[in-house]
Amino acid sequence: MAIGIIQEKERLAFRFDKLGVIISILALYGALLAPFATYRANRIIQGEARGIMEALPPHLGYGLLFLVVAGAAVALLRTPALFRMAMALAALAALAGLIGIAADHLTPPENSYARVSPASGFWVLVFAFSLLLTDALTRLHPGPGLRLLVLAGVLVLAGSMLVAGRWDGLSIMKEYANRADLFWAEAGRHVTLALGSLAAATVVGLPLGILCHRVERLRAGVLNVLNAIQTIPSIALFGILIAPLGWIAANIPGASAVGIRGIGAAPAFVALFLYSLLPVVANTVVGLAGVPRAANDAARGIGMTDRQRLVTIEFPLAFPVILTGIRIVLVQNIGLATIAALIGGGGFGVFVFQGVGQTAMDLVLLGAIPTVVLAFTAAIVLDALIEMTVPNSSQGNAA
Amino acid sequence: MIQIEEVTKRYGDTTVVNGVTLTVAPHTVTVIVGTSGSGKTTLLRMINRLVEPTAGIVKIDGEDNRSIPGYELRRRIGYAIQGHGLFPHRTVAQNIATVPTLLGWEKDRTEAKVEELLKLFQLDPADFGPRYPHELSGGQQQRVGVARALAAEPNVLLMDEPFGALDPIIRSKAQEDLTAIQKHFGTTIILVTHDMEEAFHLADKIAVMDKGEVVQYATPAEMLVKPATPFVETLVGASERPFRLLGIETVGEAVEPGSAEGRPVPEVLSQRDALSELLWSGRSALPVAAANGEILGRVTLQAIVKRAARPR
Amino acid sequence: MMFTLPNLFRLAVLVVLLAFLLQPAWFEAMLTPLVQENAPAIYNQGSLFWLTVLHLRTVFIATFAATVVAVSLAIIVTRKAGAEFLPLSRSLVNIGQTFPPVAVLALAVPIYGFGEKPTLIALFLYGLLPIFENALTGLTTLPPTVVEAARGAGMTGSQRLIRIELPLALPVILTGVRLSVVISLATATIGSTVAAKTLGEVIIAGLQSNNLAFVLQGGLIVAALAVLIHDALQGLERTLAGRVHV
Repeated sequence: MAIGIIQEKERLAFRFDKLGVIISILALYGALLAPFATYRANRIIQGEARGIMEALPPHLGYGLLFLVVAGAAVALLRTPALFRMAMALAALAALAGLIGIAADHLTPPENSYARVSPASGFWVLVFAFSLLLTDALTRLHPGPGLRLLVLAGVLVLAGSMLVAGRWDGLSIMKEYANRADLFWAEAGRHVTLALGSLAAATVVGLPLGILCHRVERLRAGVLNVLNAIQTIPSIALFGILIAPLGWIAANIPGASAVGIRGIGAAPAFVALFLYSLLPVVANTVVGLAGVPRAANDAARGIGMTDRQRLVTIEFPLAFPVILTGIRIVLVQNIGLATIAALIGGGGFGVFVFQGVGQTAMDLVLLGAIPTVVLAFTAAIVLDALIEMTVPNSSQGNAA
Repeated sequence: MIQIEEVTKRYGDTTVVNGVTLTVAPHTVTVIVGTSGSGKTTLLRMINRLVEPTAGIVKIDGEDNRSIPGYELRRRIGYAIQGHGLFPHRTVAQNIATVPTLLGWEKDRTEAKVEELLKLFQLDPADFGPRYPHELSGGQQQRVGVARALAAEPNVLLMDEPFGALDPIIRSKAQEDLTAIQKHFGTTIILVTHDMEEAFHLADKIAVMDKGEVVQYATPAEMLVKPATPFVETLVGASERPFRLLGIETVGEAVEPGSAEGRPVPEVLSQRDALSELLWSGRSALPVAAANGEILGRVTLQAIVKRAARPR
Repeated sequence: MMFTLPNLFRLAVLVVLLAFLLQPAWFEAMLTPLVQENAPAIYNQGSLFWLTVLHLRTVFIATFAATVVAVSLAIIVTRKAGAEFLPLSRSLVNIGQTFPPVAVLALAVPIYGFGEKPTLIALFLYGLLPIFENALTGLTTLPPTVVEAARGAGMTGSQRLIRIELPLALPVILTGVRLSVVISLATATIGSTVAAKTLGEVIIAGLQSNNLAFVLQGGLIVAALAVLIHDALQGLERTLAGRVHV
């Protein structure tokens, strides 16, 4: 009898989704207790908090509150994952649209000094519904194609909001408007640094990895050196490289003509390249070592040369692991490229460090948000690619 | 005594064990056989409540096994599994002492027990006690696994494919050891296996499971003679039947007066082994000796062949 | 074992590091060629030794807190009551690791102001991820027969956790701690851009005054610390893993 009662209680408690409890507490806190937006009369002054009803026209304010409560209810009850995902996407889209409207609503007409930025309540709401979205997506377990599609959809949506000027009233977009040309130049530098160093590391790292796989004596030495490089903090490595590159620029004819200088992008590029080598080389070695012996023996048995074996057997089988190394490098480089700004190498770090220096959060965000979006996009795209290249048989095992 | 009454286990819509009723007499060895997915392991795990039944009751010595918390129940029941499951970060002695420690035995008593068990399993306590599991051979690990299961002197020992990971020679040695230890402690053993040979070798009674149900529960001889279903017949193996039948009985039961040439065979030898000896040595009769060496009579090829025939 | 070539090398690194921190003047001659006329070759705006201690303290506090929180979270999501959160927590760790440490640091500044606080928060948040990931791996890839045997022997949930699961997962958890420490040692230098007292101060001072000797000494001290701590933790892991042989 006693056992029966305990089970009954458990069943009742289980009707609530545990994560949903957390999400709804966060969402209700974000909507009701925390400020939705911050209003400042000018860029430097201390901000004033504004709740949802103050920040939005009444009908939209009530609309958002209703949406938040509905979202919390969907999260709290055990609802189908697809439904949860739709709810989360709807709430996030509404938040994205409404924060732009709040900016226009709060800014007095004809006032170009006033600044409106999202406040903690907005971020808490975004976090809560992102959590709901992530949870729903985790449960739905979409294939790589679908994930890419969702990513593209979100990016297109955000892009069109930007182009349509929906967020122009926000402080961060005013910072952007003040330096639009610079922003795109730095964006170009950031991407060039991250992708260029990755390309160079791949071109050098792949053959080096293959060599390490074939020549065992070389392996430990090369990997140890690359490991040691990784332990040098990025700022220091950037700085240390100033000296040799400066010397090269000064002493080797033609070097400065191709852009090699002591400070600026060159040492940043070289540093990122050096950091990138370890994951590429190590994953190539691991990938090649993981090729089943039987496959190699069979290839030898039917008379393949070493080169044929590498191209037709080893490399295709090792490819997903190598691609994983490239994913690590790309995400890492997108982040590290931010530091290049400290040695005049440009990139989004310029805004981050300027913003930190001026205690202007919007400027920090102008640098940080694109960096995070880039890193996140790169991770999703490469994860999807990796999943697509893994042979189907092992996919079944992983699941 | 273990009484399994109308026990059912369902996972969602799949029924793994369906209304099984089974009574195991004390101090006997019961072997549950079946193909993989027949529910035999689940049935075993419901006895010590590693799996909770969806319906039905399991009683141990007349007491419902849900009358105490699961972990306390399991401390009273020995449990040995395939691949031994020894704790890799603990020494052999610590492994064997697991349940006594959980029960809060005094140190001296635990140590004495560990030593006794190691000796019983022919492992030198001074040498093997301080070793880590990975420093043992497969057969030694398996013995330590069984010793650990027996450490708190349980009345009941549950074994799930305990010899599954051993090679054939070590396996038959381990089976001999188990028989000896069962005699020594008088433990009630329930053992799960998919190996029919092992079942016939060890069992006082065999339960054959198929698709979650016990299709036959009988002594080995009965099962050979009267397989309840075609499935049991296949499992027993039609071509093996006469030999299995001979394997159950000893030479002592077939002895007749008279004399024979050559080296005598012990009376505890199985009739199957005697047949083998007869055929291999080309003789038609063997002298049979008691344990003290006294010649009891002889066993003939003809008598054994007759006993291998299907009883009517 | 004790006096192998790599161990002697590590000992040498340690001795040189300590000598440099306590008596930097001895090394002045080596660094002077790197600086322009009259510029100081040894960091002169504070004690290198104290900066190192503060640097290590920041990393230690952040890593310790991250370890406690990450391991507790990993324990919760691997219990029956928290199992619902397991898939989500895996996704969150994957997402979290795509956030660049600089972004985490920069975003912490507006909330927590300048100084050590945002650095600690950033190091803590960033340090959580590898430890949590490894603790999850350790606790979810235990040999099933061992866990089964522990249940079968009548251990309660907490007895299994403390006597079997945590000890067996410990080497993998330590690997996570090691990864986290190495990342934090390097990331803490960036903390100096928001006025945290770390060795990054030396590097940034060097970058600002175009003093290569400063950049080099700051960078090499951190690198030496990272190598020594990395190897020490790895040695500990091996000792533990050797016993845990499965």
